[in-house]
Amino acid sequence: MQPPAEHVHWMFATGFLVLGLCLLAEAIVGPEVWGRRRWRAYLWPGFAFGMGIFMWPVMVFFTNSTIHTLAHGAWAQVMMLAGGAELGLVRGKLKSPLWRLCIALAFLVSGTAFLIHEQNGWYFQRSAFLHHLIGWTMVTATIFPLGRALRRRSLVFESGFALTFVVLAVFLYCDRDLAPIFGHLSPLAGNPHR
Amino acid sequence: MNAELASQLKARTAHRTARARAVSALGPLTIVAGLAWAFVQPYRITLLHPRGQGFWWLFVEPPLWVVVVGILFALGVAPGLIEDLAAEEADAAAR
Repeated sequence: MQPPAEHVHWMFATGFLVLGLCLLAEAIVGPEVWGRRRWRAYLWPGFAFGMGIFMWPVMVFFTNSTIHTLAHGAWAQVMMLAGGAELGLVRGKLKSPLWRLCIALAFLVSGTAFLIHEQNGWYFQRSAFLHHLIGWTMVTATIFPLGRALRRRSLVFESGFALTFVVLAVFLYCDRDLAPIFGHLSPLAGNPHR
Repeated sequence: MNAELASQLKARTAHRTARARAVSALGPLTIVAGLAWAFVQPYRITLLHPRGQGFWWLFVEPPLWVVVVGILFALGVAPGLIEDLAAEEADAAAR
C-alpha cells in the first residue's frame, strides 16, 4: 500500500516547511537565543537528517529509472551529510564552522540532480516544470548557505537560506503526478487522472 | 543614567520587541496560509468528499498539514523562543 508519488512530494514539502519555519525563527532571534534550549538547537538539523533517511525508501520504491535512482540516492546522502554536519556542530564534536559548507554542497548537488534527472522540457507537464524550477532555484540559492557558512549572523544569508526552504515547500506542494502547467501538457505525458 | 544611553536602550528594546512580534507571527501566518489555500482549492481536501478515496488520499491533506505545522510551531516552538528572547533582552539590559 504505497502512497502515490505526488503524496510523497507533499510529505517532503511539509518537512521543508517545518525546516523553513525553524530556520526563519532562528534567523530572526539569532543563533544564541535559538540555542538556549538544547532540544531546539538539535531540532532542524535532526529533522534534516531524518528527511535524508526517509529519502532512502523513496529511492527504493518510487524510482523507475537508473537516473531517478541515482538522483534520489544523491539527495538522501547530501541531506544526511548536511544534517549530520549541523548536528556535529551543535553537539560540539565538530569545531570548524566550515562544516556548514556541507549544506551549500547539499544545495548544489540537489539542484544539479534535479536538473540532470529531468529528461523532459519545461512545459512537458507540471512535474517537469517543477523539476527545472526547483533545480535552478537550488543551484542559485546555494549562495545563501555559502554566505551563511562564511559570514554567520548575516540577516540576508540566514533569512535567504530559511526562505529557500519555504519556497521549496510551496513548489513541492504544487507537484502532481500528471497535470498541465500554464495550460501546457504534452500528449506524450498521458491523461491527467485527477 | 545618561539620557543618551537610555534612548539607545529603548531603541534596542523596541528592536527586540519587533523580533518577538515577528516570531509570534510565524505560526499564525502559516495557519492563515493553509486556510486560504483550503478555501482557494477545496478539492485538495479529500476529507470533504471522502467516498471512494483510499487511505493515502484521506491521510495526506496538504492545506490541513500546513495548518497543523503552523499550530505546532505556534504552540510548541514560539512561546519558549519568545521567553528566551525576553531573557536575553533582560541579560543584555543588566550588562
